[in-house]
Amino acid sequence: MSKTSRTSVTMPAQAKKGAIIEIRAIAQHDMESGFRYTEGGKIIPRDIIRVFTCSYNNAEIFKADFYPGIGANPLIIFTTIATESGMLEFKWVGDDGYEASNQARITVT
Amino acid sequence: MKKKAALSAIFFLCALLTTLCFAASPMTSHQQQSSYELMSAENKAMQDDISLNPAMFWVGDGESLWQAKGSPNTKSCASCHGDVKKSMRGVATQFPKVIKGKLQTLEGQINQCREVRQEAPKLAYESKDLLALTALIALQSKGMPISVKETPTNKKDLKQGQEFFNQRMGQLNLSCAQCHEERAGLRLGGSLIPQGHPNAYPIYRLEWQTLGSVQRRLRNCMSGVRAQQFEYGSSEMAQLELYLMWRARGMPMESPGVRP
Repeated sequence: MSKTSRTSVTMPAQAKKGAIIEIRAIAQHDMESGFRYTEGGKIIPRDIIRVFTCSYNNAEIFKADFYPGIGANPLIIFTTIATESGMLEFKWVGDDGYEASNQARITVT
Repeated sequence: MKKKAALSAIFFLCALLTTLCFAASPMTSHQQQSSYELMSAENKAMQDDISLNPAMFWVGDGESLWQAKGSPNTKSCASCHGDVKKSMRGVATQFPKVIKGKLQTLEGQINQCREVRQEAPKLAYESKDLLALTALIALQSKGMPISVKETPTNKKDLKQGQEFFNQRMGQLNLSCAQCHEERAGLRLGGSLIPQGHPNAYPIYRLEWQTLGSVQRRLRNCMSGVRAQQFEYGSSEMAQLELYLMWRARGMPMESPGVRP
């Protein structure tokens, strides 16, 4: 059974060709580090997002590996150059079958 | 001549207004200040920008819960209350509130509705679902002033809450007032001591890495002074919360807030 969660992406819907655009992608995730213990002394298994990728018209333009030191509900802000109109796809993959995705359309003039 | 008279009348009115404003100011010793003002520019931006505020995930969950029915026979929140944006507007500014003789917090009222109207089990304090519903309802009051007033029905609870606020507690033998009233604006370690107004709850606290209720924050302080913590959902908590909301009356709600 795969898990998923809410995600949110903020970026301009329109841009001039060649312009630098800022993209913000946030995912709802506890990012359980695997280093914590319960009150009963049992270790809480690691449960984090491992990889975040962004592709622009099916070409990968950004990728980030996540580690246990990253806090809950990770927010990634990055930039890219608006080259052509089309679709940006965002994907988060993590432990315990976690998978989430989001997409946003951009019109380049 | 007439012009002069009109001018002096305006001056008089202005002077009168200023005096009235000062007289009506809730805090005589100092101006009310939200701890938002003490935050870094980054944290302020995180609270203000809904694309950055992690609490909006809980609001999203709250929206689905608002429509959800426990079972086909029971009602959803929306079955009675309709559109949350209309029916819950300004509601969070009035809580805690005496309802049918009992002082009820916002969380308490949500659970009351669940038990009596939806025939569903109570939601635990700090559970994702209760925080989600609280955040959704509190968001509908964003920017509105806290409107808790002293009334004949809540007078007793308010007084008890004030006593808790001024009562020394724990091994460190400190009251809420000693830090948040007398020493607000000074430093504890490296951090500025806030006035402790509950105007942004539930808050996404970066230290917690999650959303939390005002009662969680109060228990935090109580464990800090090594006192026995008030129980979640207890009447003591509700009374203290009531006093804090009354103390913060008139301040705009920021819910759901972000705090460091």
